[in-house]
Amino acid sequence: MAKVKGTIVVDIEKCKGCEICISACPTSVISMSVEVNGKGYPYAYLNDPDGCTGCSNCAIVCPDGVITVYRKKIG
Amino acid sequence: MEEYKLMKGNEAIAEAAIRAGTDGYFGYPITPQSEVMEYLMAEKPHERTGMVVLQAESEVASINMLYGGAAAGKKVFTSSSSPGISLMQEGISYIAGAELPCLIVNVARGGPGLGTIQPGQADYFQATKGGGHGDYNLIVLAPASVQEMADFVSLSYDLAFKYRNPVMILSDGAIGQMMEKVKFKEQEPRMKTHPDWATVGKPADRGPNIITSLDLDPARQERFNNKLQEKYKKIREEEILFEEIDCNDADYVFVAYGTSARICQKSLQLAREEGIKVGLFRPITLWPFPYEQIIRLSKKTKGMLSVELSAGQMVEDVRLAVEGKIKVEHYGRMGGMIPTPEEIVLALKKQIIGG
Amino acid sequence: MAEKVVNIEMINPENLVYQKTKVLNDNVMHYCPGCGHGTAHRIIAEVIEEMDIQSEIIGIAPVGCSVLMYNYFNVDMQEAAHGRAPAVATAVKRLWPDKFVFTYQGDGDLAAIGTAETIHACNRGENITMFFINNGIYGMTGGQMAPTTLEGMRSSTSPYGRDISMMGNPLKMTELVAQLPGTCYVTRQAVHTPSNVRKTKKAVRKALEYQQKNMGTSFIEIVSNCNSGWKMAPVESNNWMVENMFPFFPLGDIKVPDEE
Repeated sequence: MAKVKGTIVVDIEKCKGCEICISACPTSVISMSVEVNGKGYPYAYLNDPDGCTGCSNCAIVCPDGVITVYRKKIG
Repeated sequence: MEEYKLMKGNEAIAEAAIRAGTDGYFGYPITPQSEVMEYLMAEKPHERTGMVVLQAESEVASINMLYGGAAAGKKVFTSSSSPGISLMQEGISYIAGAELPCLIVNVARGGPGLGTIQPGQADYFQATKGGGHGDYNLIVLAPASVQEMADFVSLSYDLAFKYRNPVMILSDGAIGQMMEKVKFKEQEPRMKTHPDWATVGKPADRGPNIITSLDLDPARQERFNNKLQEKYKKIREEEILFEEIDCNDADYVFVAYGTSARICQKSLQLAREEGIKVGLFRPITLWPFPYEQIIRLSKKTKGMLSVELSAGQMVEDVRLAVEGKIKVEHYGRMGGMIPTPEEIVLALKKQIIGG
Repeated sequence: MAEKVVNIEMINPENLVYQKTKVLNDNVMHYCPGCGHGTAHRIIAEVIEEMDIQSEIIGIAPVGCSVLMYNYFNVDMQEAAHGRAPAVATAVKRLWPDKFVFTYQGDGDLAAIGTAETIHACNRGENITMFFINNGIYGMTGGQMAPTTLEGMRSSTSPYGRDISMMGNPLKMTELVAQLPGTCYVTRQAVHTPSNVRKTKKAVRKALEYQQKNMGTSFIEIVSNCNSGWKMAPVESNNWMVENMFPFFPLGDIKVPDEE
C-alpha cells in the first residue's frame, strides 16, 4: 500500500502562535517554537519530518491562513 | 410642443426623478412628502425605465440603502420630512464621509420633535450646517415652485456626481403639497457606465474598490478631511445659485428662500405700492450660501429682513455676511403658521425701517 | 529560522495540497491570535474562488472587529454604518440583481443595533447571503455585553455575570430569522475544528448557490470565540465555546430549502 508523506510551510512572520493547529493535528507533529517571530509570537513548526500526512487539518483551522501543505505518495 | 402638467410638488419630484434616469428610490412614508413614493409606486418605473422603488422599514434603512446604491455606482434618491431626515443623519454623515453621490429630498415640516405636519423651514441648520457628526457639507438646493422641484432633480444629480457629494433638496410642506403647472424634461436613459470607484464586482484587471468612511490613521484621516474641505471650497467658488428681484434700486431687502420667498414677492409689491423700495434676495443654494452676493447688496442698502418659517436660522448666515454694517433682523412664524404678505411688510417697517 | 522548514525536497507545486486562497490578499489580519474571524474570512474567500465569482461579488463589512475586513478580501467591498449592512446590501442587490452580495456582521452589529435591518431584509427575502459571527461579546469595543451574551457570562458591562432579571435574555437571532418566510436557508455552524470548518464551508457554498438561484435570504451564523474578550487562551476559549455556547446556540441547519 502506498504511504503518503506530508509537510507544512508556516509563514513564520504571520503566525500568531494561537496553537489551534496543534490541537487539530491528528498525528501531533506540530509544536510551538521557543524563539519568537518579529511580532513576538512563538510560531508553529513541524516537529517530526516523518509524522506529517499532509492532511491539511492544521491549515484549514489556521485563522491567519499561514500554513501551506504539501503531500506526496511514497513507497 | 409645450406640454405642461398640473401636479403637486412631491409628484413633480417623483416624475422628474424617473425622467432623470434614476436607478433607485428608497424611502419611508412621512407626511407631508408621502406622495413621492406613492407616485413612484403608481407609475411602475420598473416598467418605464427599470428603476427600482422600495419602501424601507425606516428612514435609517432607506438612507443606508442610498449608501449601498450610490456606492454601487447607481443614481439613487430618497425623500422624507424633518423628523425622518433627523433619523437619517447618521447615514448622511457616512455618505458624505464615503463621498457618495446621491439625492436626499426634505419636504420640511415644523418641529421640534414630532412637531406638526404643516410646512416649516426650521431644518435650515440641519441641512446647511452638517446635521450629523463630522466636518462635512451637503449641497443644499431650495426650490420655490413646483417647476423648480422638478428642475432641481437633474441639477442635483449633476452636482452630486460632479463632486461625489450628497445633495439635498430642502423644500417644505407647502411646495410639496401645492399644485402648479410644470414642464418636464425628456426622458434621460439610465446610466450605462458607472464611476470607476464604484463597487460593482472586481474585474481581474484592477484591485478591489473599497467604499468606506473609516481611517484609523489620524494623519491620513486629517489628509482626507483636508481633501474634503478643498472640495467644499471649490463648490463654494463655483456652484452658488441665487435670484434677485427688484434689488437694483432697493433700500431694503427681504432675504428668503422657498415658500417664504414666494410670500415675500407679494410683500415686495405691497411695500413698493406704499413707496418703500424693497427687493428680494432668494438664495437657491443654501449651501454654499451666497455670502458674497449679500455683502455686495449690503453695500447699497439700508437693512435686510430674513423671512423664514422658523425662529430665525438663515438670518445667522445673513448676519455673518453683513458683519454688522447694516441692520439685519429676522421675521418668521413657526409650527406650521404662515405669515401673510401684510404681516411681513409690517415687520419690515417695525424692525428695520422704524427700528 | 530555516531549520524549522523540513522535508524541503517535497516543497514544489506538484505536491501542493493546500494554500491560502488568492481571494484573500497577503495583509496580516488585525485579529487576535486564534480568532475565528480569520477562518470565517478564509472559507468565504475559498468558496468565492471555487465558484469563480470574484468579479461578480460585492461584500458589505460591519462595524466591530471585522470593520476592516475589506483590507483582506480581494473583492469590491463597502463598509456600512453599525448594524446597517442588510439595508446597504438590499440596495446593492436590487440595483445589481445579477451580482452576488453578502453581508458579514457580528452579534452587536446584527443582533442589537441592526436588529430591524436584519429582520426586515430577511423578511423581504432579499436575495443576499448574510454571515453572522456570534461570539457573545463586543470585541472591538472592549468586551462589553452583547445581545447574545449568555446568562451568567462576564463581560466588561456585566462584570458579575449577565443577570437576566436586570439585563434581559440572550437573543437567538438565527432561530428568529428562520421563522421568516423570506429566508431560504438558515444554519448555525462553527470554525474551531477541521470538521466544523469543512461543514461551514459547505454551508457557505450552498448559501451562495441559493443566492444564484434567487431563492431568498440565506443566513449563516458562525458561533465563534473571543479569547481576548473572554480573557482566555485561544484553545481554551474554543473549549469554553463548545462547553458553554453550543448548548445555548446548538449547531446545525435550522431551515433548509424544500428541494433538499
